[in-house]
Amino acid sequence: MGHPAATPSSATAQDSAWIGRSMERVEDAALLSGNGRFIDDLGVRPGTLYAAILRSPHAHADILSIDTMAAKAAPGVAAVLVGADVKALTASLVVGVKAPVECWPIAMDRVRYVGEPVAVVVASDRYKAEDALDLIDVRYAPRPSVIDPLAAITPGAPLVHDGFPNNVASDRHFSYGDPEGAFASAAHRIAIDINYPRNSCTPIETYGVIAEYNVNDGAYDILANFQGPFSIHAVISRALKLPGNRVRLRTPPDSGGSFGVKQGVFPYIVLIAAAARVAGRPVKWIEDRLEHLCASNSATNRATTLSAAVDATGKILALDWDQVEDCGAHLRAPEPATLYRMHGNLTGAYDIRHMRVRNRVIVTNKTPTGLNRGFGGPQVYFALERLMQCIAVELDFDPLDVIQRNVVPSGAFPYRTAPGALLDSGDYVKALELGASSGGLEELKARRAAARAEGRIYGIGYAAIVEPSVSNMGYLSTVLTLAERRKAGPKNGAQATATVSIDPVGAVSVHISSVPQGQGHRTVVAQVIADIFGVVPQDVRVNTEVDTAKDAWSIASGNYSSRFAAAVAGTVKIAADRIAARLKRIAASHLNVEADDVTFSNGKVHSQSNPDNAMPFARVAALSHWSPGSLPDDVGHTIRETVFWTPPELAAPDDADRINSSLCYGFIFDYCGVEIDRVTGEVRIDRYVTTHDCGTILHPGMVDGQIRGGFGQGFGAALLEEFAYAPDGSFLAGTFADYLVPTATEIPNPVIVHMQTPSPFTPLGAKGVGEGNCMSTPVCIANAVADALGEKNITLPLVPARVRALIAGDEPPAPAGVTTQPRSRKPGDRGLQGEGSAEVGASPQAVWDMLLDPNTLQAVIPGCHSVEKVSDTHFRAEVTLGIGPVKGKYRAEVKLSDLDPPHAVTLSGSADGALGHGAGEGRITLVPREGGGTTLTYKYDAEIGGKVASIGGRLLDGATRVIIGQFFSALAHRAGGGGAADGAASGLRAWLRALFGGAR
Amino acid sequence: MPRLTATQRHSVRFRLNGHPVEGSAEPRMQLADFLRHELGATGTHVGCEHGVCGACTVLVDGMLTRSCLTLAVQVDGCDVRTVEGLAPERGRLSVLQAAFRRHHGLQCGFCTPGVLMSLDRYLSTNPNPTEDQLRELLSGHLCRCTGYTPIIRAAMEAAATLASSTRQEDSTHV
Repeated sequence: MGHPAATPSSATAQDSAWIGRSMERVEDAALLSGNGRFIDDLGVRPGTLYAAILRSPHAHADILSIDTMAAKAAPGVAAVLVGADVKALTASLVVGVKAPVECWPIAMDRVRYVGEPVAVVVASDRYKAEDALDLIDVRYAPRPSVIDPLAAITPGAPLVHDGFPNNVASDRHFSYGDPEGAFASAAHRIAIDINYPRNSCTPIETYGVIAEYNVNDGAYDILANFQGPFSIHAVISRALKLPGNRVRLRTPPDSGGSFGVKQGVFPYIVLIAAAARVAGRPVKWIEDRLEHLCASNSATNRATTLSAAVDATGKILALDWDQVEDCGAHLRAPEPATLYRMHGNLTGAYDIRHMRVRNRVIVTNKTPTGLNRGFGGPQVYFALERLMQCIAVELDFDPLDVIQRNVVPSGAFPYRTAPGALLDSGDYVKALELGASSGGLEELKARRAAARAEGRIYGIGYAAIVEPSVSNMGYLSTVLTLAERRKAGPKNGAQATATVSIDPVGAVSVHISSVPQGQGHRTVVAQVIADIFGVVPQDVRVNTEVDTAKDAWSIASGNYSSRFAAAVAGTVKIAADRIAARLKRIAASHLNVEADDVTFSNGKVHSQSNPDNAMPFARVAALSHWSPGSLPDDVGHTIRETVFWTPPELAAPDDADRINSSLCYGFIFDYCGVEIDRVTGEVRIDRYVTTHDCGTILHPGMVDGQIRGGFGQGFGAALLEEFAYAPDGSFLAGTFADYLVPTATEIPNPVIVHMQTPSPFTPLGAKGVGEGNCMSTPVCIANAVADALGEKNITLPLVPARVRALIAGDEPPAPAGVTTQPRSRKPGDRGLQGEGSAEVGASPQAVWDMLLDPNTLQAVIPGCHSVEKVSDTHFRAEVTLGIGPVKGKYRAEVKLSDLDPPHAVTLSGSADGALGHGAGEGRITLVPREGGGTTLTYKYDAEIGGKVASIGGRLLDGATRVIIGQFFSALAHRAGGGGAADGAASGLRAWLRALFGGAR
Repeated sequence: MPRLTATQRHSVRFRLNGHPVEGSAEPRMQLADFLRHELGATGTHVGCEHGVCGACTVLVDGMLTRSCLTLAVQVDGCDVRTVEGLAPERGRLSVLQAAFRRHHGLQCGFCTPGVLMSLDRYLSTNPNPTEDQLRELLSGHLCRCTGYTPIIRAAMEAAATLASSTRQEDSTHV
């Protein structure tokens, strides 16, 4: 260890502006040295307890009973809460639409998704809390579940909530212009059906909450790595049944990524706060990865049918959207915002004057959805940009020609879209040209031609989108009808907040309620301040923690909708400019010049015309503290300035449902070349070019960082990532070995091209840039694959198996004479099937007797603790089994049927435990062997769900085979001699047993 | 290895970044939890607790080790190195750390400690890595912020800087 040190960088004041320079971040030294302050790094009060959460293994079930007696008596346990305990202290979370539906942070009498909290244990440490989870006995009665959004709205589908008829929470129709006329007169109607999958940006730091209830004040003090929007604070305090001033919500100094996801910590804030109140002590909870993947939050999956009315030249006259938005099991705030965030820019980057929209928000038995980078953009642009490619294919145009023919023309900005967005600035035509020339589009086309000439599979895809930023807090009210909106009152705007303070030695501090999770806000704010006050950024201290009890904040505070550069940094500028104006007047009186002549540079306040006529900045800045009486009369002070800024362009939806859903609209033009491996189906990116116009760039290094990061996540969504569910609602992606996120070996380095058209609506001319590639990259890659394969029906993620199926078509029938095992499995079915045999050194009758004897069964069932004989043909057993990393206790019920003594019997049974549940059936036949003994053969068919399916899915087949093999092996052994020959080689079996920790 | 009692805390002693440390742990306690919550060395982060994300990577007797898959009692008597030990002295950054800052090789910084440990170890034995080699090495780490390119650039630059300083040292010793 101990490499030689780098030369410490010393910053010096320069004449050139700090804004626009890729200076080193002020955040980084601590983060690189292990001195970050993430929530789990912070100390807690003495006596703090730790929570662990028991979660539902079922997608949909009634809770018949919960027995917490044993858990409450376990060592170190201070409290165990179930739904009723939480209900006694809280109110339902607000639901985003008007309906007789409740939304609790813990299941009340029914679970609606795998991972839904069922009980909370609070104990002296996390290990003991988890021990006690195993002792909670929950009895469920499973209900039919519904996973697919289109199946959910089919008549007769299982209902997730009785208050949402047909699982529909909202169904709204919108019409802008004359879509019927446009479709009637158009030369072509071209349509596409999309099923956009579920995924998430999965920050590497999980959720964390530390809560405490002060019984004397009747107030909560909560620290959580929440990311905003702080409109959620109102939801939390309402759920905790207290006014907001008794719910103090604070955020830690550092947060390990969020990408929207940590908005979803808020139900756990309520849950852990309730637990702290019950326990009478502070309670800390840090989510684990399985909890995070399974139950934190997810982007919505969406089924979309999008049609376009297109004239003969490829010009789009009208769009017709039919979106079915799957928000999972609960409509949690701020949903259904994912669907409405893009509403104003549903026409994308295109000049389309007529549009019809049907938006349905529906519920299914999956994890509730919430903020995720791109928020609605990936779903919308996947449909729109896939449609653009289909138009090109159907009308035999070049895809880029269709884009160019339809983009908003140069000189048309600000441009009001049909559904109401005000596209603030840009030159899309020029950006298309710049991107094509700078990124080498012609060369890429030549590479495609060459590859195809050699018989390789190569395609080029495009995507042209607008990237909205700075959300209008009123856009969600578009989900309400006009009458409902009038009743609810207007919602609009987006208050950004900044406080600039000067201390008694003239040092500048800034506070912003922006809650970054690694975006470098402190650095950029220091740059903004440095330019205004003529100091170096290193001299400015910026605090981005939020404390709702002390800080300036509003509902729009937080880090989402890429609002920092456009709104928050701009608000800092406004606050600093106000102080600067006063400082100039103070300095003017000391320097005997006009205030207009005063300027700031190199740590000095001086006359522009005579730079030698100067005072140190710190001296002028400190005067308000030391000598307020000497200030010019109407200056007031320069100690602290707090600014709330909301742009007037963010109006409420109008009576025609037009909504300017965001303040800024950046432009992105992406294209890429991909080559597909004909044998494996792997998609390899040959080159990816992404052109951005995000207005004025404040810090080029960070802008490129946002683009690369968003590209990485878009790449993952395109090719790897999916929150997969089995048809029964079991969650199948509970580890990072099942939910694959891209690594350094997969993600290519995109070519980034910049253009800067400042926004006229933001103080610094900047627009957001954080989410664009999450919106553009998935569909750009999909379009390239569509081009490569000549295939219209493209579904993400494009994993090799799926692409290979597109290349190869249906599997050919087996050659004559080869029989294949009939498999009745449906796609996604995790049914486990197997068969085997064992040689037993006892007569069939002896074996038969053993099979029906509880003592024998207890001895031979792997991991069995006890067998209870309920009747001659009904046994109850307790077993401990390990499958993969998951070892746990199960209660098993076994029933015998079709008895044919001593020849054959059918065993059917179910197992249920904290780690999962299963059901299966097996037929055992006993055939006497020549010369004594019995050949025992068995065949089984089982289904397994719950936690074990989430994290051990890849291992289940093998592990099941091992365990069943062990059963018969032990039976044979007990019967005296013989051995198992159960299909698997015994060496392999021993190895698997060692690997899985098999039984005992 | 001595037989340990599951329900008891056992004394654990080792060297952490060159300094002797001591604490007690139940046999089941993860090394990551021990480092963070018993010793207060919170620079090592826990991202997945199943050995995939790499955030918790530390060095145990010179071997890159997932501290979430290692028990604290296993490192009794070992030499353990963590991100807190990378800087040549307090308040300064190593060549690798400084290269990360210069190239914006981190955003949220949560995965960074593990990434730094792997790269620091790798560069100490592979002074002239190719980009492909570094990408292969980093495939054991998940970063959701950067898209990896700035990390690769930082590592390549650090490798070049270290190699040139080693050459200078060699030449002065000739």
